[in-house]
Amino acid sequence: MLREGEFRIPSGCAISGVIDKTGKRFSGGTIVDSIAVMRERSNGLGGGFAGYGIYPEYKDYYALHVFYDTQKSKAECEDFLDRHFDIINLSKIPTAKIKEITDEPLIWRYFVTPLPTKLAESQMEESEFTARCVFRINTQFDGVYVFSSGKNMGVFKAVGFPEDVGRFYRLEEYEGWCFTAHGRYPTNTPGWWGGAHPFALLGYSVVHNGEISSYDANRRNIEMFGYKCTLQTDTEVITYIIDYLHRKKGLTLTEISSVIAAPFWQEIRAMEPEIRQKHEYLRTMFSAQLITGPFSILVGFDGGLMALNDRLKLRSMVVAEKGSKVFISSEEAAIRVMEPEIEKIWSPRGGEPVIIKLNDEVVRG
Amino acid sequence: MNVSALKVGGFMELNEKIRSADSDVHITDCCGQRFMGTALAKGKKLTITGTPGNAAGAYLNGGVIEVIGNVQDAVGDTMNLGKIIVHGNAGDALGYAMRGGNIFIRGNAGYRAGVHMKAYKDLKPVIVIGGSAGSFLGEYLAGGLLVVLGIGAEETLPVGNFIGTGMHGGEIFIRTKKKIADLPAQVAVNAATQDDLARIKPHIMEFAELFEVELESLLEDNYYILTPNTQNPYHLMYVAN
Repeated sequence: MLREGEFRIPSGCAISGVIDKTGKRFSGGTIVDSIAVMRERSNGLGGGFAGYGIYPEYKDYYALHVFYDTQKSKAECEDFLDRHFDIINLSKIPTAKIKEITDEPLIWRYFVTPLPTKLAESQMEESEFTARCVFRINTQFDGVYVFSSGKNMGVFKAVGFPEDVGRFYRLEEYEGWCFTAHGRYPTNTPGWWGGAHPFALLGYSVVHNGEISSYDANRRNIEMFGYKCTLQTDTEVITYIIDYLHRKKGLTLTEISSVIAAPFWQEIRAMEPEIRQKHEYLRTMFSAQLITGPFSILVGFDGGLMALNDRLKLRSMVVAEKGSKVFISSEEAAIRVMEPEIEKIWSPRGGEPVIIKLNDEVVRG
Repeated sequence: MNVSALKVGGFMELNEKIRSADSDVHITDCCGQRFMGTALAKGKKLTITGTPGNAAGAYLNGGVIEVIGNVQDAVGDTMNLGKIIVHGNAGDALGYAMRGGNIFIRGNAGYRAGVHMKAYKDLKPVIVIGGSAGSFLGEYLAGGLLVVLGIGAEETLPVGNFIGTGMHGGEIFIRTKKKIADLPAQVAVNAATQDDLARIKPHIMEFAELFEVELESLLEDNYYILTPNTQNPYHLMYVAN
């Protein structure tokens, strides 16, 4: 399997997301319509979606979505999975044959739970055990890539324009309470199926428009904590930073925003003492997780969605509300196509997160 | 001529219709189509209902574009002449590198309004923002006039941080009673004098007429004027030369 990083392609990207705060499920077709509006922001080298709440019948099991190059690599990976997990169900991910999407790998889905004996032996939590298995597969197995590993959520991605990728995966047949989407215009890497967004680990998924300039500093740092960056793609490192800060360090999402899109020292100096102290602490303790350069990201997680811009706001992002739904997109038009009669619309400031949790108020800043 | 964007393919076909029309054009149901009215020439009027895509009115060359709705990013990119009137809000990088003509925004503007705006010979670009503007207003401003009226934002400062970063020409007027602090060292801020205000008065009058806003209070209020600080130029910013 050819991986990324051979040469450099200059570029934009498009992101879009929608969530129903009440947890009510709706069709994935909505998000496909939205991302299609921003076709000019992509170049056909990658598109993808994340859906949350799409596997209620298997909600207690990790859903592994896997690309295989060959039957041989599939057999090897399945052997590994058999030795580490109880596989409750496995199947090909249903796809539609369309002329716009070609050269697809074998695409499989497994609902799994760690084998109790293996888990006990590892002395790890279930989530950590699963994450480490995913890293092992992605770094040690040839022609295998696990691109989704959360519970009751799934990532669907491919090389192509996002609206075609949506049709390919028959996204309109899934129902979830939150969907995110990405149209890719790769900046540094040639674009392959695994390199499309969203990037996901366990329940976290990230779609990203931008190009972070701190990639290598962030990568070197995060690899010290057991993460393996296998793709040379900046979004992968953002995903791991969020997993590290949220799942492992226990920071809140607001705190994470203050780490990765930290206010300038000049702004911190002007803050009230108590808030200032907190920001000084975060900037000192987690300086290596500061992300510089342009980005707008949507972070899906178990129970919600977060939107964040880089602190200089070098990428666009619009948020709108209508009833219990919240919409976030690179462009207002991509929201209007989902909901023409929006009630409230605004652009968050650079570094100001918008956090939407199920059955909770929308938090700004 | 009325054209529904729903019935025309993409932005190229729409723009072709606008270009080839010999009368004024009204585009309805616009949703994200880019570059609407690119380089529209003098004597032409384009009205858009809906949400035009990025870079509406790019390279505008004398035509008039009126938008009933919000606009997205980079409206009036590198525009040369003409007028853009928006009955709503604008996204980021409004009037990016424009060198002539007028832009009127009824509501708010996003980040970097007027970035890299410049004057050229007898051309002097003007942007009037009715509401608030985001951070980096007038970034790298080299010429022209930016006016922020702050309507509806009377209790707060109608601008963000880092105003006029890299500014070395032009003027920024901000209507507010709040103090403008923490400006870059290269920007000087003063209360606008009657002479200063006389320069922006025609534009404020036009704004009030376009959007049917009460004029008196806009003219009487307190304005600040931001200009490049000639006492503190950039010669030591990058290298000691």
